[in-house]
Amino acid sequence: MSPLRASRAGEPTFEFADAAQPGEPLLVVDDLHTSFRTGRGTVRAVDGVSLTVDRGRTLGIVGESGSGKTVLSRSIMGLLPPRDVITSGTVRFAGNELTAMDQKQLRQVWGAELSMIFQDPMTALNPVKRIGRQITESLRLHLDMDRKEADATAVELLRSVGIPSPEQRVRWYPFQLSGGMRQRVMIAIALACAPRLVMADEPTTGLDVTVQAQILDLLGELQRERHMAVILVTHDLGVVASRADDIVVMYAGRIVERAPTHTLFADTRMPYTQALMDSIPRLADPSGVRLHAIAGRPPDLIHPPPGCKFAPRCPYAQEKCRQSEPPLRTAGSPDHLFACWFPLVNGVSTAPSPDGSSPGSPPSAVVPATPSPADTAIDPNAEVRSP
Amino acid sequence: MSDLTFELPGARSPSAETVLTVDRLVVEFKSGRQTVQAVSGVSFSVMSGETLGLVGESGCGKSTTGRALVQVQPPTSGSVVYKGQDLGRLSHRRLRQARTKIQMIFQDPISSLNPRRRVKDIVAEPLNIWRRGTKAEREAKVRDMLEAVGIEPDAAGDRRPQEFSGGQCQRISIARALMADPDLLICDEPVSALDVSVQAQILNLLADLKAKFGLTMVFIAHDLAVVKNVSDRVAVMYLGKLVEVAPSDELYRSAAHPYTEALLASIPEPDPEHRSEHKALSGELPSPLNPPSGCRFRTRCPYAQELCAEQEPPLRDIAPGHQVACHFPLVGGPSEGPVDGGALGVEPAPA
Repeated sequence: MSPLRASRAGEPTFEFADAAQPGEPLLVVDDLHTSFRTGRGTVRAVDGVSLTVDRGRTLGIVGESGSGKTVLSRSIMGLLPPRDVITSGTVRFAGNELTAMDQKQLRQVWGAELSMIFQDPMTALNPVKRIGRQITESLRLHLDMDRKEADATAVELLRSVGIPSPEQRVRWYPFQLSGGMRQRVMIAIALACAPRLVMADEPTTGLDVTVQAQILDLLGELQRERHMAVILVTHDLGVVASRADDIVVMYAGRIVERAPTHTLFADTRMPYTQALMDSIPRLADPSGVRLHAIAGRPPDLIHPPPGCKFAPRCPYAQEKCRQSEPPLRTAGSPDHLFACWFPLVNGVSTAPSPDGSSPGSPPSAVVPATPSPADTAIDPNAEVRSP
Repeated sequence: MSDLTFELPGARSPSAETVLTVDRLVVEFKSGRQTVQAVSGVSFSVMSGETLGLVGESGCGKSTTGRALVQVQPPTSGSVVYKGQDLGRLSHRRLRQARTKIQMIFQDPISSLNPRRRVKDIVAEPLNIWRRGTKAEREAKVRDMLEAVGIEPDAAGDRRPQEFSGGQCQRISIARALMADPDLLICDEPVSALDVSVQAQILNLLADLKAKFGLTMVFIAHDLAVVKNVSDRVAVMYLGKLVEVAPSDELYRSAAHPYTEALLASIPEPDPEHRSEHKALSGELPSPLNPPSGCRFRTRCPYAQELCAEQEPPLRDIAPGHQVACHFPLVGGPSEGPVDGGALGVEPAPA
């Protein structure tokens, strides 16, 4: 018996088991809130997020720095420190409620069932440990492998993430590897125990575009082979466009649009999503063309503006947007949610034009916001939450 | 304001069109007993008012080239001529003066600003060092410059870099770089640490400032989509050498080097229907300690032939202003046949 196992002997054991009901998604996040107490006030970093991820699927979470996407991913994992952090809501993973588990129980889940690939592989890897040891650590702990078996598995894992001559490389230290190679090692560690869900938080930010393509392709391949679910957190819609099944767009701690990837791009409803798409430089555009930057910055999460949080930066914002917050709702297809009073239709805003007239109607004195055809189809109570 | 502008003694009149000429630039580093050649004979020129993009993967030598341009990293051989002055031959004093006209912006905006100093002091520093203008003039110029980069001088001047986001810090870095009225701005990955939304703001800002102050730019980055957006011409670098130089739009329309093609293919398009017809690049950059024989890209090139291992392809013209270093360029089909050797990649870019 390994020393690791011996040290735990006698402790009450917790065995994680898949307790999901038939048809229940692998991950169900319901009304998750995470706030931080700071000297200046309470920061509402995640403010009522609900989402689901099915087995073997990929969910992209997209937003700018400060949108709460990283705090959301850590809240789902249960990785935030208890001090000065206020959380509420539930996270169910394979039928188990993660939010009700203690640290000891979570340690059985982390790495084994639910693992994470971090943004910066240099700081996430231990600089004074050989990479082989960093992979075998979780194999021996979770899968109870002996040293020899774990070593052999580590070599196989390095081979599967495309590291040449893995027999030698297991003995290397992180500093001997390039950034791309380190991220491959991170993936090998994350996948070592065949988790059901991998959370990848900006896994390719800071890497070259050529390496980024390689790493994302690799992750996709391994995901198909192992039937893993993946949550891909990124600020770049281009990264998730061809890799995610569904996309959640976050702004100021909330989901502002959620749709299957194809729908999100073909039928964007939320002006913020459109603005994110437009800010990406396109190769097909002539050089020197002016980029569509989003003016301003995300709001202060201690004193967020009333109404729609995007209204101060939104080119179509109306009085209503500045006063009351739009609920997350659907129009047409039930799996397409957005939080906007005047959603885009075919890329055109349904908001009244700046002179106060509604589109197509003659200019007149301030008209109350006319519901667009798309709006009228909406059930007024349709503040939809994920199933 | 005239007191605040820097006059470079001995500089030629601005009628000279070429601002910067780089000829057979070589930069070597000692690595134990071995010597690593980070830049292996790079030649190009930058015209007045032009933006030249320098693109390539990590380790290709693009940042070292940028640093060698301002002699922060002294070149091992070759020359960097700025407006008729060979920067490598200037005395220390003259070089410092010349450098006021050539400013750099770095990748990590937060670590390139001193965390303990106030924003207005950081931005004023170039003027303080050169003791230009009176205190009031300096303060006025700091205000103007902060406003020009979109930072509110009253609200921000007394604060410290840590209170700002990455995008704002990059704006402050840009303000500092422009205080000395440079002609040439060398931007080393200025937006790669930023979000796409902020990236667009900074790229637009650089375009505005370039027009406002009549700048010439060298823009170094690994993302060809970004480089293409800002540059008039793009030079593609691989393992210390230029492999292709072309006007931006032409480079995109008719990339002639297989490496350029691979770089184009690796850019994620924000379109779920987009399927790149090019295959993503496999493998990593070979070690510059022991570069491959012949063409340095041949170990990763899908079209490599025997000739590519034997003979190094020179950088040659294939169209006006379009040069490529490949035996079998992708123009008019992948196989054009070998060409006669010429000078080995040392032709400066034509005007």
